[in-house]
Parts: sequence; C-alpha cells; structure tokens
Amino acid sequence: MISFGPTEEQEVVREAMRDFAEEALRTVARECDESASVPDALLQQVWELGLTATQIPEEFGGAGEERSPVTNVLVLEELAYGDAALALAAVVPSLFANAILDHGTEEQKAKYLPLFTGESFHAASLAMVEPGPLFDVLNLRTKAEPKGDGFVLSGQKSLVPLGDRASHFLVLAHNTAQEGFAGIEGFIVPRDARGLTIGEPEKNLGLRGLPTVGLTLDRVEVAAADRLGGEKGFDARRLVAASRTALSAVMVGVSRAVMEYAIPYAKDREAFGEAIAKKQAIAFMLSDMRIEVDAMRWLVWKAASQLEHGLDATRAAHLARGYCARESMKIADNGVQVLGGHGFIREHPVEMWYRNARTLGVLEGSVTC
Amino acid sequence: MIDFVPTENDQKILDTVRREALACRKYARYYDEHEEEFAPDELEEAKDFPPTMSLFAGRKEDDTSVAVMSMLLSAGQCWGDYTVRMRRGKGGLGNAALRAAGTPEQVSKWEGLTLAMAITEPGCGSDPSQVQTTAVLDEATDEWVINGEKIFVTTGCRCEGVVVWATLDRSAGRAGIKSFLIEKGAPGFEVTHKEKKLGIRADDTAAMVFRDCRIPRGNLLGGKEEIPKESSGGFRGVMKTFNMTRPAVAAIGLGIAEAALDFTREQLQGAGFVVEYGGSLQSQPAVVQKLHELEGKFEAAMLTVLNAAWLSGEGKPNNVEASISKAKGGSAVREVTQGCIEILGPMGISRDHLLEKWFRDVRITDIYEGTGEIQRMIIARDLLDYTRKELN
Repeated sequence: MISFGPTEEQEVVREAMRDFAEEALRTVARECDESASVPDALLQQVWELGLTATQIPEEFGGAGEERSPVTNVLVLEELAYGDAALALAAVVPSLFANAILDHGTEEQKAKYLPLFTGESFHAASLAMVEPGPLFDVLNLRTKAEPKGDGFVLSGQKSLVPLGDRASHFLVLAHNTAQEGFAGIEGFIVPRDARGLTIGEPEKNLGLRGLPTVGLTLDRVEVAAADRLGGEKGFDARRLVAASRTALSAVMVGVSRAVMEYAIPYAKDREAFGEAIAKKQAIAFMLSDMRIEVDAMRWLVWKAASQLEHGLDATRAAHLARGYCARESMKIADNGVQVLGGHGFIREHPVEMWYRNARTLGVLEGSVTC
Repeated sequence: MIDFVPTENDQKILDTVRREALACRKYARYYDEHEEEFAPDELEEAKDFPPTMSLFAGRKEDDTSVAVMSMLLSAGQCWGDYTVRMRRGKGGLGNAALRAAGTPEQVSKWEGLTLAMAITEPGCGSDPSQVQTTAVLDEATDEWVINGEKIFVTTGCRCEGVVVWATLDRSAGRAGIKSFLIEKGAPGFEVTHKEKKLGIRADDTAAMVFRDCRIPRGNLLGGKEEIPKESSGGFRGVMKTFNMTRPAVAAIGLGIAEAALDFTREQLQGAGFVVEYGGSLQSQPAVVQKLHELEGKFEAAMLTVLNAAWLSGEGKPNNVEASISKAKGGSAVREVTQGCIEILGPMGISRDHLLEKWFRDVRITDIYEGTGEIQRMIIARDLLDYTRKELN
C-alpha cells in the first residue's frame, strides 16, 4: 500500500529524537566540530536512548522490537537535523550490530550482539571506504584470499567512523573468486588483530565531530567463523542499499536544518528597507529548499520501505543517494548565500553545514538503517 | 504506516492501465500531425479492456487509496499518450469547479454535461484577479450579461458548457470575481478558434468570446451574488479546486517524462551501455550518470505528487503540498525530457521517434494550473508566514 503516514509510535519516536537533537546535539555541534572530537559523555547519553539495542532480539539482551529501516530513517533525519556528525557518531555501533543482525550466523549473533545491549556505549565499526580516487564498493581494492578454512585480508581502508575506539571492525573486502556484489565479503576483525594497523585520526573537510581513521591490513588472517554470514557469505547488495538509504536520511536532516535556519534569518535581515525574505530571489530559494526537502525525504522513505519489505532496494537507494547528495549540497550552498557574509562566518552553523553536506555526498558505509 | 510498495491488487490495475496506454501510443504521432482533427472518444482497442473504474472493484483495506491510485493511473495513461485516450471521460475541469462550489440544484442540473473552465484572458493569466470579462445583472430580465474574451480553454471545443470567471466590479479586485455557468449555444457565446500549440496538439484548447451573452440569474456558480468586503474568502474557495488538479497535471506530465526515460534507457542498452544501480555513480559513463540523475528527478517528483494526493485522500489539508508537487513536477518534466534528448543526441530530435513530441508535450506542465513561479510564491508565503500583500 502506498502511504505517507508514520505510525503513532513512529511519531512519538520522531518527536523525542527531534527534541534530543535540538537540546543535546545542536548545542554542542560547533564545539565538536572545532575540536574534531566527540565527548564520551555525549555518546553515553545517546546510548541511553537505546538506538542500537532496541531492535536486537531479547535472546541477545535487546528490547526485541521489530527491525525497522523505516523507523531508523525517521530517527536519522531528526538526529542529523541536530547535527550530522554527531548523529553519525551516535549510530556507529548500529553499523556493526545491524550487519550482524541482518546477515550474521547464529554463532556470530550470539557472540557479538550482546556487546551492544549493555549499559555503556560500545563502539564497533564498518570499514567500507578506501583511500584513493574513484572509490567504488563494487571494485574494492582490499582483497580477501582464501587460506585454509579462513581468509587473508590485505589492503587499506579510510573514513572508518569511531575507529579510534572501536573494539571490532567489519571489514569489506573483495573475494577475487567472484565479481560484483557476490564478490563482496565481510570479515569481523578485532582491534588487536595481527597485521592490522589503526591510523591517526583523519583530518576531514566536514563532519569533524565524527572521528574517523584509516586502517592498514597487512595479511590479516581471519578465521572462517568470522566471515559474515558464514560459508554462504552475505547479501552485500542489501547492506550497501541500507547504507545509502541511511546516508540519504542524514542528508535530509542537514537540509532541513539549513532551511529552518535560513527562514528566520531572511525574515529578520533587512535590505533596502524590507526583509530580504520579501524579495522573490530569496523567497524562491527558500521555496526550493522546502520542495527538495520533501522530495528527498520521500525518496529515502521509499528505499527504506523496500528494505523493510525485504525487497531489493538497490535502485531506490542509489537514486535517493544521488538525488540527496545533489540537492542537499544545493540547499547548503543556498543557505550560505541567504546569510551572505554571515554564512561564511563560523559564528553561524551554516558554513559547517555547507562543509558537512559536501562530505556526506561522497560517503558510504558510515551509517545504516 | 509508511509504505511505498503497491499491493498485488494495486499492481494489477497499474499493469492493465499501462497495457491499455500502450495501445494509444500508435495513434500519438498521427494526432500530433493532424492538429485539426479530434482523436475519437473511444478507440477500437478499448473494447478488449474493461472500463478503468471497473478495475477498482474488490479493493481491500490495505490497498492504496483511490486518491493516490488516480495519480498513478493518470501518469500511466499519459505514459501511453497524453492526447489519445482509449476512452475519453466526459468531465472537464469545469466539472471539478461545479462539484467544489455549485449549489445542489446547479450540480444536479449541470453534472451530466462536459464543462470546460475559462479563466485566462489575452491580458491576464497567472494573476486572475485582473480578469476583464464582466458580468452585469439585468434586473429587468433577471439575467447576467457577460462580455469578454477567454483563451486557453481546455476542451473548449468539445465541451457542452463552460464555467467562466467574470468580474462584477473591477474595482473590487479578487473579491469581485465570480464563476458563471454558460451553456454552449447561449446567444452571444462563440468559440472562435482552436489554439495551435507547441505540444499536446491533439488536445482541444480553444479561444472564446462573449458578446452581450445573456444567461439566467441562477447560473452564478454557488449562488452568492454579494461581493465580500475585505476578505477574499470566496476566491479562496475557487482556488481550492486546485488542490487535486495541481498534483493531477503534474502526474500527467510525469507519465510522459517516464515514457521518455524508458525510451532513452532502452536506446542506451541497445547501444551496449549497461544501466545498473549498484556501483558508484562516478564509475559510470557520462550518459548513464545523466540517465540516473534524470530517473532520480522523475522519482522524486512523482513522490511529491503521491504525497499531495495521499493527504487529500486522508482528508488532510494539502494546498502547500499540491503546489510543491506542481512546482517539482513542472521542473522535473522539463529537465527529464530535455536531458533525454541530450543523452541520445541527434537521434533525440528525429520525428521518427516520439521523444521529440514528449519534449514538446510536457512543456505546458510548468505553466497551466499555475506556473512554477506561482507555486513557489504559495510555498514561500506558507514557509515565511507572509500574506499576499507581504510577498508578491
């Protein structure tokens, strides 16, 4: 059924997340951006919202609520409306946990899911992106060679979120025996694995409140038991679609933040004797923001709905990601323009959102739904 | 719940409509090139298909709402061809106005007729408050006397009557505008010509004049003769009919744009390009990247249409969302069809294919039922909480 109506529970969650985003994330976003760090206390505060644990089955210590990509994109939009970097940091554990939940063997679930149902924040991350130009998940340069029952991993990863504190990494690598999605394998690699070097914190244009690192894998040996999904491997198509959908939801949140900041500014700021919002040149920029925030959100919901139905959401997620990347960049760009010189000054958050929008548009594997 | 997956029942209807629509496509070029002719009200192929409304029998509670389905149906039909229909429905835009604003007596008297809607004049389009056509009450005979000229009247030739916007008092601005029901054959009412257009050529778009055209006093739509003072409440009532027609015209344009996308994708695939959605966009050839971008625009616009319709189906206010869908649809169809020609190069402009026709047909989408600029004004006023006076 085609329907745009969130359930009552989803409305409640949405509202709670919006309040949290405004009170807990927006207020510290600038500080985290300037210091390129996220306070442990904040991660703990987010942890207590139960974002990761809620959808983990009770048998592994979670709340056992239905795994819902739709609810998750609603949450992500709201958190990102507060701050995109902190929203991503908040849900890093889900990157690992959801992958185990969706694709892991029973042993993997029993072994790893309880890590995420405790009282303190637990970081484990996904290592998907790789350094160098033209990153393409279908052409991973990190290789997985079979060796005995297990595999040997070699290559480099970058933009691994919270890699500075993650206990485990889910490393995506190309099993050269196959091409395309079928050739993508996931491996659970503990932080202290032999041959794994964790790099210094990366210095990025945007999302600076989200610490990221690079990984170097020098013939890291992985046991068969730590191959995601076991012998049959896992559905990489679904993981990639979930990652793109979630990333798009974050872009919707950033875009809405820009729009809602630009509106009161344009009404207050006067030029030539009246509010600049009364000039069509400005009013139309704001209208376009409103139009595109809606359009982006529906694309995200469509992809999330397909995921929720267990359908192949590859196309919907791909189109959503491309569309949201372009339009969120345009909205952030115009947000700076509406604020004029003030859009360039770090006293206002718009310049940060401008950097964040550019950054989000090229990321994959930083968030999931 | 939030859900974007059509049910089996939904899908069956959508598939049937698409199959039907394809039958219309073979006549598309003919009626494009024979502008003076009218496509038949019913095609021979129609007899093999059940009437569209009969497809809605046996709907279940978890099926998509009729409001949303009607948008998908419009898009599906126009994906075949905009101007050729298997069966041409009787109603026109004027019928929507009648249903929205007519008194019960007017509705029962006029609902059986195909009614066109005449708003635009040679000197006024987007700002209908500038309507120059006048209506003067002749108390002696209890008749309205209508004088003026109307253009761009959709179904103006085929219709049996027309809802005409005329002013009782030009100095009263928008508040002075009323709608009048005028039957074909009324003395002084003449359809002067069928317009020659860039696209949707087989569609019947007429110009008409009213010279001392006399109609009964009871033909004022809604029956309220007084001019409201400051408020323009009556006018707002008239504008309400746009809340479904705006998403609907966007859906029509998007159906055509989808045909253009499908054709372009097939041509690219035929030329050996792989169109797939798994890998990163950056590693695709430029034409495939472009196609993906256009597909995204199409999808996004279609979803804004479905959202506006869904709200209406739920009985929720949707005037801003209707404008969003119209603004987004209007720009998306332009970008999509222009882009498809760009992708295919010289082949795209050949009249051996329908792409060049689709490019012409969709251009009206961003103009009629309120231009994209008008929609953006409506959206901006809502966003900024401004009145018409504060933002115009």
